[in-house]
Amino acid sequence: MALQLENISKVAGRETHIHPMDLSLEAGTLNVLLGPTLSGKTSLMRLMAGLDKPTTGRVIWRGNDVTGVPVQRRNVAMVYQQFINYPSMSVYENIASPLRLQGLDKASIDSKVHEIAELMKLEPMLMRKPLELSGGQQQRCALARALVKGADLVLLDEPLANLDYKLREEMRVEIPRFFIESGAIFVYATTEPSEALLLGGNTAAMWEGRITQFGPTLEVYREPVSATTAQVFSDPPMNFVNVTKAGDSLLFGADQSVRATGDLLALPDDRYMAGFRPNHLCLTPLGGNALKFTAEVTVTEITGSESFVHLQHADDAPWVSLTHGVHELPIGQTAEVFVDVRNIYFFNAKEELVAAAVAAKAA
Amino acid sequence: MAAIHLKQLAHSYLPHPAGPRDYALKRIDHVWEDGRAYALLGPSGCGKTTLLNIISGLLQPSEGQVCFDEEDVTNLPTELRRIAQVFQFPVVYDTMSVYDNLAFPLRNHGHSESVVRERVLRIAKMLDLSAVLKQKARGLTADAKQTISLGRGLVRENVAAILFDEPLTVIDPHLKHKLRMQLKRLHRQFNHTMIYVTHDQTEALSFADRVVVMYDGDVVQMGTPQELFERPAHTFVGYFIGSPGMNVLDARIEGNLAYVDGRSIPLAQGYDAIAGETVEIGVRPEFARLVRKEDAGEQGLPVTVKRIEDIGRFKIARTEFFGRELNVVIPEGTAVSDRANRVLFDAQHVNVYADGWIVEGEAA
Repeated sequence: MALQLENISKVAGRETHIHPMDLSLEAGTLNVLLGPTLSGKTSLMRLMAGLDKPTTGRVIWRGNDVTGVPVQRRNVAMVYQQFINYPSMSVYENIASPLRLQGLDKASIDSKVHEIAELMKLEPMLMRKPLELSGGQQQRCALARALVKGADLVLLDEPLANLDYKLREEMRVEIPRFFIESGAIFVYATTEPSEALLLGGNTAAMWEGRITQFGPTLEVYREPVSATTAQVFSDPPMNFVNVTKAGDSLLFGADQSVRATGDLLALPDDRYMAGFRPNHLCLTPLGGNALKFTAEVTVTEITGSESFVHLQHADDAPWVSLTHGVHELPIGQTAEVFVDVRNIYFFNAKEELVAAAVAAKAA
Repeated sequence: MAAIHLKQLAHSYLPHPAGPRDYALKRIDHVWEDGRAYALLGPSGCGKTTLLNIISGLLQPSEGQVCFDEEDVTNLPTELRRIAQVFQFPVVYDTMSVYDNLAFPLRNHGHSESVVRERVLRIAKMLDLSAVLKQKARGLTADAKQTISLGRGLVRENVAAILFDEPLTVIDPHLKHKLRMQLKRLHRQFNHTMIYVTHDQTEALSFADRVVVMYDGDVVQMGTPQELFERPAHTFVGYFIGSPGMNVLDARIEGNLAYVDGRSIPLAQGYDAIAGETVEIGVRPEFARLVRKEDAGEQGLPVTVKRIEDIGRFKIARTEFFGRELNVVIPEGTAVSDRANRVLFDAQHVNVYADGWIVEGEAA
């Protein structure tokens, strides 16, 4: 156990940024903090780094209490969304600066700078100034400086948010590679579910200053413990419809009834909330015991390979269907849409998961 | 609303441009149709901002003309062009109410208070701002402020075009969907000519009926999202649109077969001798399949699977074919054998490129 947060919280004035929480991160892992803006990602990172003192609780590093030990005295590196480099120094000197502070000799500095520059594809621009580089190269320079010092804890706060998406795509493939080689604890904050999935590792879903779930990324995605986690981890948002269980019957919305089987049969008779992801709401019949809903098309968005069809079903919050191919449905048209019951998550009145989608558990 | 004619338009920031490399915007000659939604898409430095600034009047082109319908506006300043603009960061007056913020562009153009009221209430309703009309803009969240900016851009009716410069960059992903949807609905309703600049492919493709892809000062393709996806006119479009981008392999073409490292790949069309220094084939990862050797028959490229990334909705198989990266998209629910080591392409979707540009063959 390398980094432990025990009952940690942060209150500033009347606002609670972080509610009391526990979290343990292992050495050599990549941990994603996933949540919308203001969910507490940056506040939590600042507590981990020692940039802020917690209101309650302790920060334990390899068994030692480091609560209140300032960031300068800990081996921590942090990279922000706004990349920060020394503008008057060359890329080489930027990367070398933390090593010079550590008092390394010239030859070791030189070999480390070249090693990391090669990994970050910065070799050809080592002699340039940061401002002569593209945004992506500047951010790679900032990342290289954070990585070269061999920090035990590397905190990346939405480091790719300002880059264009093709560069983000390349960096998301590269970043997990460095951490595998370094053995440090990486913490990576993002607002985007797809970024968490591409990075893999573990994910902590965050909502209003709380961690709603922490575990292997795919597990959190496939078996969210609550409707909140499911929502944090769904882009576009998850679709919901009411469901009433009575005996062996499940009644979805007003008129879609199926027989309950398996775990669902064991649920107490009650009203529940059924949630399903946009990619599981289909425009073509599915066969078997799929549900069929009638909804009104509000707008269609086409990306070339996929279509987002926005729908209004009864009085439910708006739905989205994300399907392969081009489906241009006119606004206002009534459409039949289909969901396989095996792709449905069931939540109780407290929005806790009571049955995960059968198909997700099998995947 | 107006059609926008870009006539022999080009721009260089240098006083005496010598060759094509000195142009930030190379020669274009287009008509952008009245009432359509266009997206300008490309990496930073591709010339999209230069083009937007020429259309908005911030920049005078060094060559050519800009006409709104028949009117030459090349030398008109922004305020005389009848355009509305929405920027990356919200432009709102904090001390004014939301109502007054929305009313501002209308009052500026001398509309009567009864017209102002009618339009403000309608736009507020469409953008879900009705409940906060009396509040001061100060204290609202960043995305509420950006929604007001959108509203200010949309509130005038007699504009030739509405220009959007990366308007959703500062917005949370969940709200992006909502705002994009509202924009799209407004476009359907009012048929404004809209031009939307972004480096985000999802935003561009989902917003626009025509996407203008720019690269190195050139418009490399202008088409519907579907055309850009299925028939990228340039390998850059194939790379830039789609995630992961199109697989591109050096090839030799003979009739309706492509040869890559001695392996033959069937093509849906036949080709005569192709002129060009580099000849390549391009196949999107969505049109490739990863199968076992015994299921590939005589076909298929032998590959080594480097890793398979499960990203929920689908998996990406990262494979290698004699040192070349070859990606395959595997739909959710499709099983892949551990022994899968052949990649097959859908012949209908194998495109041929010479020096980067697509080559049309003849139906076989």
